[in-house]
Amino acid sequence: MSEPIVPTITNVAVWLTLLVLTGVTAGVAFIDLGPFNTVVALVIATVKALLVVLIFMHVKYTSEKLVKVVVISAIFFLALLLGLSLADYTTRLLM
Amino acid sequence: MATAAITAERENYLNQEYGIKSWLLTVDHKRIALLYLLSITFFFFIGGFFALLIRLELLTPAGDLVQGDTYNKLFTMHGQVMVFFFLIPSIPAVLGNFLVPLMIGAKDLAFPRINLLSWYLYIIAGILMLHCMLTGGVDTGWTFYTPFSTAFSNTKVIEAGLAIFISGFSSILTGLNFVVTIHRMRAPGMTWNRLPLFIWAHYATSIIQLLGTPVIAVTLVLVVLERALHLGIFDPTRGGDPLLFQHLFWFYSHPAVYIMILPAMGVVTEIVPCFSRKRIFGYKFVALSSISIAVFGFLVWAHHMFVAGISLYSALIFSALSYLVAVPSAIKVFNWTATMYKGSITFSTPMLYAFGFIGLFTMGGLTGLFLAALGIDVHVTDTYFVIAHFHYIMVGGAVMGYLGGMHFWWPKISGRMYPESLGRLAALIVFLGFNLTFFPQFILGYLGMPRRYWQYPPEFQVLNVLSTAGSTILAVGYLLPMVYFLWSMRYGKVAPDNPWGASGLEWMTSSPPPTFNFDRPPVVDWEAYDYENIPAPQEARSGG
Amino acid sequence: MADRPIAVEQHNPALKHHFVDMEQQREASSLGMWLFLATEIMFFGGMFCAYLIYRYWYFPDFAAASSSLDITLGTANTAVLICSSLTVVMAVRAAQLGKRQQQVVYLALTLVLGLAFLGIKGIEWTSKFKEHHIPGPTFNFEASLPGHPDQPVDQHHAQLFFSLYFAMTGMHALHMIIGVAIFTYLLYRAWKGAYTPEYHTPLENSGLYWHFVDIVWIYLFPLLYLIDRKK
Repeated sequence: MSEPIVPTITNVAVWLTLLVLTGVTAGVAFIDLGPFNTVVALVIATVKALLVVLIFMHVKYTSEKLVKVVVISAIFFLALLLGLSLADYTTRLLM
Repeated sequence: MATAAITAERENYLNQEYGIKSWLLTVDHKRIALLYLLSITFFFFIGGFFALLIRLELLTPAGDLVQGDTYNKLFTMHGQVMVFFFLIPSIPAVLGNFLVPLMIGAKDLAFPRINLLSWYLYIIAGILMLHCMLTGGVDTGWTFYTPFSTAFSNTKVIEAGLAIFISGFSSILTGLNFVVTIHRMRAPGMTWNRLPLFIWAHYATSIIQLLGTPVIAVTLVLVVLERALHLGIFDPTRGGDPLLFQHLFWFYSHPAVYIMILPAMGVVTEIVPCFSRKRIFGYKFVALSSISIAVFGFLVWAHHMFVAGISLYSALIFSALSYLVAVPSAIKVFNWTATMYKGSITFSTPMLYAFGFIGLFTMGGLTGLFLAALGIDVHVTDTYFVIAHFHYIMVGGAVMGYLGGMHFWWPKISGRMYPESLGRLAALIVFLGFNLTFFPQFILGYLGMPRRYWQYPPEFQVLNVLSTAGSTILAVGYLLPMVYFLWSMRYGKVAPDNPWGASGLEWMTSSPPPTFNFDRPPVVDWEAYDYENIPAPQEARSGG
Repeated sequence: MADRPIAVEQHNPALKHHFVDMEQQREASSLGMWLFLATEIMFFGGMFCAYLIYRYWYFPDFAAASSSLDITLGTANTAVLICSSLTVVMAVRAAQLGKRQQQVVYLALTLVLGLAFLGIKGIEWTSKFKEHHIPGPTFNFEASLPGHPDQPVDQHHAQLFFSLYFAMTGMHALHMIIGVAIFTYLLYRAWKGAYTPEYHTPLENSGLYWHFVDIVWIYLFPLLYLIDRKK
């Protein structure tokens, strides 16, 4: 099993997409979407991160399942930290 | 068998090369394990010294041995040294480093130089901590709660925080090394379901080290920044929340207690089948329970904060999750006892420590359930009940697991047998001393004696005196092995490859092993804990 | 793991003695780097946690403070890092194809872009210093809450924003500096011809690190710079 060689066109396409998405994020920030501004910004950021992880970091092409497990585990535990902490903060005033 | 009168000593990792440079620049996992052994033993004495002073002060209700500020420093530094410089490294860095490659049939860990770096980081951190202690110490409690630590304490918080930060990296690198090694360097035929459960336990421990330690690292960075620059992140007068510190601190520090206990459980799981001459009961359950403890351990941290001001709803969630985390630990206890049932038990020193572990860990664990109940916690939190609870687990559990493991693998590590009757005597002294020290503390806590107090009402004195008396007996119990282990290196019986008739690849190479572990790379085609097919050791284990 | 041709690979001078073959060594190094990145996710995650909680508590003050950051420079820096990720990917590809000169060019470009990022960051921080937005005794943030010109921003809450801003971008910049140092070393080694199609593991794994630092910025940018620009 050798590391796959990603074609240049794919890399360039991802790069352009990332730049466009960056512009979109900055532009959308000036439009009033209420609370959805944050949601849109984070969704776009996540799409960009996914592109980098899957294509640039070769996670889409690797045959090692373990790498995917490691990435998902780290994100899961981070979500635990953020989620359970926020569970305290968002319910304090309900007492 | 003759003692030192052997013609030519086989080449092994100890005699392959001599000189201090060959030790300080070694990349052999076995030598690094010994470097760690010396270092953590040193810090165990330091932490024990602080414990001794604490117990001496508590002999009398009045604060008459040291001043209040000094007492705060004593319990702080006892905690910090014991947690970060003894318990967390102990089994993984000594026994894990030594045994993981041997048990899986590898020549070394995946990253030998990173292993050495790990030790040097530990030493640098230790020197920093020593300097901190010698130039004034810290008085915040090992928990560093803000805003006292960030705004009011006038002790060396930054230095202590940096020391622990560096020691955290040592821990992370050890965990990283173990995970990669276990995944990528198992010998042919060594499938996951044939791995010794000691390996499963260290794998689970390593996951916690990898995912938890970075959070306390960044938290300490924020504490140092806050203290130096008065930013306000944890300061209520500047809009900050002290509880944020506690959330971030305990997100690591609760899983950290599983870093301290899981390896000891792995040790017990190796000892019990060997001295019951029976395969472990429920291999898959034990393996899975280690992983479960690692995962669930991350879900319960705010049970340290029930009375700190978190919302009632989150307290309820964390309380329920805390009950859940007890289940996999209980599963292990059932599996150990089921293994012993109808086994052929030998009361060797390692087995005595394993028995002690099972009993004392169970008590400590059950009292954890008391603490997980919100109502009871309000009464006993921040009292000696909590102190007794965690010492039952850390000392009655982890330290006894460590000592049991040291005795079990001492022949493999040193090539010598320790004197068995002294070993059993010391185990008994440790057990008795431990119980006399810490059982009265459950009662004291329930009666209302607060923790971290240097004075107490006179009616608590009798129990405190009992506890102090117990601690001196415990100290003797700890000193004995250090003496006879050293003695055995010169005068102990030469150990055969497999003195216990134990299963596992480490027993199929010489005692001590050669530098590259095996003369020929092993190929595994048998199941773990194959005790039906392993003969009991021929030589009767008589007292030495 | 049993049957695999190992005769040739066992003699690769880059093979470390405790590994069976280059395949095992490569897989071990790769897994090691991914695990390290997992620890970094948790490390930065702690600061993200602090940030999220205070943003939840003090949203208007945070929005006002965020709007004082230079969105043009922030966007430009995001683009710089994205370009640098492309050059890293192309450098690794050049190594996979055995093209030494291409490797050197792309690695050099990566370094230039990395230094450009740090330069722009320096410009941003200098302007913050001049505006007295650096937390500490000189801190002074004068603004009103977005949409409420008569309500001033709470100084303490604004200082919290900037504390987290500097802590997070500072930690990120530190990781960039380390990345630049690593890639300088890689540039030197690549120029010496050390990286071949058979062995370019340090390049691959350092590339993973660089992409990770890029991803951290991908999240930092909207969270710090774009809280509320609606005016």
